[in-house]
Amino acid sequence: MTVYDIYLISPQLALAALAMVVIVVDLLTRRTGLLVGLSFVGLAAPAALSAWQVTDLTNSGASQLTAEGSVVLYTLSIDKFSLFFNFLILAAVGLVVLVSTDYVRRMERLQGEFFGLMLLSATGMMLLVSANELIMMYIALELITLPLAALAAFLPNGRSSEAGMKFLVIGALSSALMLYGMALIYGFTGSTRLDEIAVALSASGATGAFPFGSMALLLAVVLLLVGFGFKMSAAPFQMWVPDVYEGAPTPMVAFLSVASKAAAFALVLRVFYIGFDALGGDWWVLLAGLAALSMTIGNLVAIAQRNIKRMFGYSTVAHAGYILVGVAAVASAGDSANFGPSSVLFYLAAYTAANLTAFFAIVCIGNRINSDEIYDYAGMLRRAPFLAITLALALIALIGVPPTGIFIAKIYVFAAAINTGESLMTWLVIIGVVNSVVSAYYYLRVIKVMFLQTPIHTERVGASWPVNVALGVATLALLWLGVAPGALLGAAEQAVSVLAGG
Amino acid sequence: MLTEPLVWAIFLLPVASFLLIGVVVRPLGPSMAKAAGYLTILALGIGFVLSLWLLRSSAHGVVYDFVPHLWLNLAPGASIQMGLLLDPLTNVMLVVVTGVSLMVQIYSMAYMDGDESFARYYAYMSLFSASMIGLVLASNIVQMYAFWELVGLSSYLLIGFWHERPSAAAAAKKAFIITRIGDVGFLLAIIFLFFRADEFAAQGLNALHIPDIWQAAAPLAAGGAGIVAGGALLWLCLGLFAGAAGKSGQFPLHTWLPDAMEGPTPVSALIHAATMVAAGVFLVGRFFPVFSESEGAMMVVALIGAFTAVFAATMGLAANDIKRVMAYSTVSQLGYMMAALGIGAYNAALFHLFTHAFFKALLFLGAGSVNHSAGTFNMMYMGGLRKAMPFTYWLTVIGALSLVGIFPLAGFWSKDEILLEAWLGTGAVPTTVSLLVFLMLLAGVLLTAFYSFRMVHLTFHGEFRGGGEQELHDCEEAGQPAPTGVSHHVHLGESPWFMVGPMVFLGVSAVVAGWIANPIGVKSIFGLIPSHWLTEYFASGLYDGHHAPPFSIAMAVISNVVALAGIGLAVLTYMWPRPFTNNDPLTKGGVVHTLLAQRYYLDHLYEGLIVGRVFYRIVAAITDWVDRNIVDGIVGLVGWISRNIGGLIALAQNGQVQTYPLVAAAGGVVIIVLYLILG
Repeated sequence: MTVYDIYLISPQLALAALAMVVIVVDLLTRRTGLLVGLSFVGLAAPAALSAWQVTDLTNSGASQLTAEGSVVLYTLSIDKFSLFFNFLILAAVGLVVLVSTDYVRRMERLQGEFFGLMLLSATGMMLLVSANELIMMYIALELITLPLAALAAFLPNGRSSEAGMKFLVIGALSSALMLYGMALIYGFTGSTRLDEIAVALSASGATGAFPFGSMALLLAVVLLLVGFGFKMSAAPFQMWVPDVYEGAPTPMVAFLSVASKAAAFALVLRVFYIGFDALGGDWWVLLAGLAALSMTIGNLVAIAQRNIKRMFGYSTVAHAGYILVGVAAVASAGDSANFGPSSVLFYLAAYTAANLTAFFAIVCIGNRINSDEIYDYAGMLRRAPFLAITLALALIALIGVPPTGIFIAKIYVFAAAINTGESLMTWLVIIGVVNSVVSAYYYLRVIKVMFLQTPIHTERVGASWPVNVALGVATLALLWLGVAPGALLGAAEQAVSVLAGG
Repeated sequence: MLTEPLVWAIFLLPVASFLLIGVVVRPLGPSMAKAAGYLTILALGIGFVLSLWLLRSSAHGVVYDFVPHLWLNLAPGASIQMGLLLDPLTNVMLVVVTGVSLMVQIYSMAYMDGDESFARYYAYMSLFSASMIGLVLASNIVQMYAFWELVGLSSYLLIGFWHERPSAAAAAKKAFIITRIGDVGFLLAIIFLFFRADEFAAQGLNALHIPDIWQAAAPLAAGGAGIVAGGALLWLCLGLFAGAAGKSGQFPLHTWLPDAMEGPTPVSALIHAATMVAAGVFLVGRFFPVFSESEGAMMVVALIGAFTAVFAATMGLAANDIKRVMAYSTVSQLGYMMAALGIGAYNAALFHLFTHAFFKALLFLGAGSVNHSAGTFNMMYMGGLRKAMPFTYWLTVIGALSLVGIFPLAGFWSKDEILLEAWLGTGAVPTTVSLLVFLMLLAGVLLTAFYSFRMVHLTFHGEFRGGGEQELHDCEEAGQPAPTGVSHHVHLGESPWFMVGPMVFLGVSAVVAGWIANPIGVKSIFGLIPSHWLTEYFASGLYDGHHAPPFSIAMAVISNVVALAGIGLAVLTYMWPRPFTNNDPLTKGGVVHTLLAQRYYLDHLYEGLIVGRVFYRIVAAITDWVDRNIVDGIVGLVGWISRNIGGLIALAQNGQVQTYPLVAAAGGVVIIVLYLILG
């Protein structure tokens, strides 16, 4: 372990240290406002260190940061891809911390743990997005899941405990399946490093008459994907989602729905585009199938929901489907102009902005009216104009209507799919477009209830200023990505260059 | 030299004022409404100064070439960008739009004073100005189309501003729908370009970037890309021209423009003098390098323009509503501009667009001022207002003389240049066509002079005929509803300075706006303005700039004699020897007068036959059937599936955590089995 190694993982270390400090400070003081401030300001350290790494990387011109004798070199890859996700995760966790201001004020104790666990989970995510080796990935995933399970069970009520329990059980199960898959891969290729796996697979001439070349690999990929499917909340591995979304504390759900999902997709991109690069012709069909299933199930079941958090649970399944379309858009041989992976990164950023906006509004509203039922949102435009308008904007964004980021993201994802030239992918795009139309029904219904129905109560619903700031920032981000997507698209394209290199 | 953010500010300031009024000022209630007006005036005032600065630096040779910002990369060769295309056309249009708009906003402070929706009015006005500015700045055809539609939307909102009046609501709808017919052509042109994107990409061009489209139309021999040519080029031009004809009220899509006078008068001044209707001419001007490659398209533009110039002028003869006279006059003058573009006289057309904006805005504001005092727009109830409102009278006379094209007012210089170009021919269309255009436009001068001075006499000379009070009385007796803008509020006298001030500015412009272009070709005026400055400046925006022909005294004499003949006829008919009392001598025209007063029955044809019979009975019936049976059927099916599948999934979603891995495992097994079966 050299000093340089410590520099390489310094953003993650800083974040973990921040989590410890927050927990300790909580023991020393009773002022919850201080904890919010500390957690938020403390995020500047990992952000600054990540920014430092970006400049380092740009100056050196290399694809990843490395040095002689580094021990983390083969387990972690600090490249533009991981740094892109670092910023995304830090932005998400920062905004969620701000939004929790009002939420934790109502808790009698353990506020420090609330923030500490969230920061620890974010540390795991930042490790995961740079992980370049199967064992490291597994450890990072556990670091993400365990604090989240504790957070899901944070509220002293039955639903929350149930959510935590389910999250823990499902998490353990998916880890087990994934580990089994990893073991098979190790057995087949003799390595846990993605780059060596890639070399072994292309050397074995795996693509043949049999899918993936051997039963062992087929089983391994499917098991891995079942494990990843739970994390991405893709169908048919989505069943825990609505239960956890409904029962867990809303700020934690906001965090879970964007950051955890982004990290899972980063993992999938790395594993499939680097490790299984040679088998691209076999696995894209599998991902395309999961995409179609997720979009359809997510949207159709969301229509029937009456609880807004459950509805968003299915909505997130549907969006996992749209994103999977981009993952499945593997470039056909000889075509260099593939923007499937970069469209996935852009989609994740746009989705983060839109979903955070929506959840932040739901946090504020739910905090005051103590209900997550959609019909209790009646007339919210009059009770809380700012919240209602931002929530409406987020819902419009989630449909994919311009000028919001998801509109651009969907265009890019679908265009990437069409560019592959596979007729199956064209069908997938048609399914995606039809699904987008269907999704308008349940998203717009919430707007209708908020804008057109008369309120049952008339008392105003408001929030404190940090919450409003977070909400405003997220709303601006979702509009900004729709109006001027250029900068982020450029960053996404640079980030995925490490994937194309194999 | 302006930086990019400063140029964007011209557009963003009215956007900001629109948002501020909508979000902050309006909710504060009527007591704060005045702030809306000041905000708009401030935004446009700064925009006007910036536009002048931009024009000045550009005329001094600064080339503005900002890199457009990518918005969406649809396909290779088809990128939607947000950019600024700052060529002479845009720079002059910016000055016209911000300048006239600024005057109209100031005028409205007094004209709309006391209206209960004062803040809403200014919000719409800001939106409208912003859309128009965005339109002229656009460097990408999709960007342009977006603002084109926003202009349509905001004009709809403004024409229907007094939406509680059925006639205003109907007029707004009519404007929206008829311009939309033309817009389909514009949209088809864009789609056509999109489908040729591969060929653009092959040459490193972007099919949606306007300068690239110019290049695509230019033949290879001329250093262009030669992508679109022949019949395809003709159709592309006709699509664009359809959009232009809708917005600029060219025959046969002109019927919405006179009805649009239902909006507040300053709106008419803004929309129907300087900006919205000019958008059509601007569109053809913007794509002039494309049009000029297709002789067929040029002939269509020239002939439709010239025909509209005469056709609309004849309807202006028989109109009794002062704003309708102006409206027909606008349609007619837009015909002049289109005709000039069609015969290849790009510079002259845009010069006329420039001068017309000033004198027509002046005339509209004059009409508003008259209404403010007489309480009506019907000239049959006016008369004798000359003594009561001397400023309005003299300013209107200046505007009318400028419109008619009397030496040495602004309108003279630009109209004269169009006539001269038509007479000499530019080589863009066959000589017979340009001569035909010349004859039609010359006839138009006679008609313009007649209806303009009919308007002046009926409004300002003779005896006062009772104004709005009398009209309401007559309507009541006849059992008819009173038209828009009629009130008991008759108090003969000059309008407040907030209204007269802007009119004075526009009046001065209506005199000098021609001179600043130095059309005679004097070596230089006071050493400031070089010879033929404006037309040369316009020409610098094109590859092969056509240069203005030297000033011709003979043509000036001819056009002035014709114009004076028209004015003389109007004097003989309405003023001397017998001043007009209450019987319009034109009604003796019998069938012809009826035909003109009924607007050639075109509205009846459109509304009665085409809309009433064809659309309601046939098209609407079919779409209704499709909607009920097919569309609703699909929607119902989705709902049914969702209910039933939802039920199935809910069955699995039983809250038992042990079920979830079971389903997941089943999914995994199914995947493996499928792989094994399908290979």
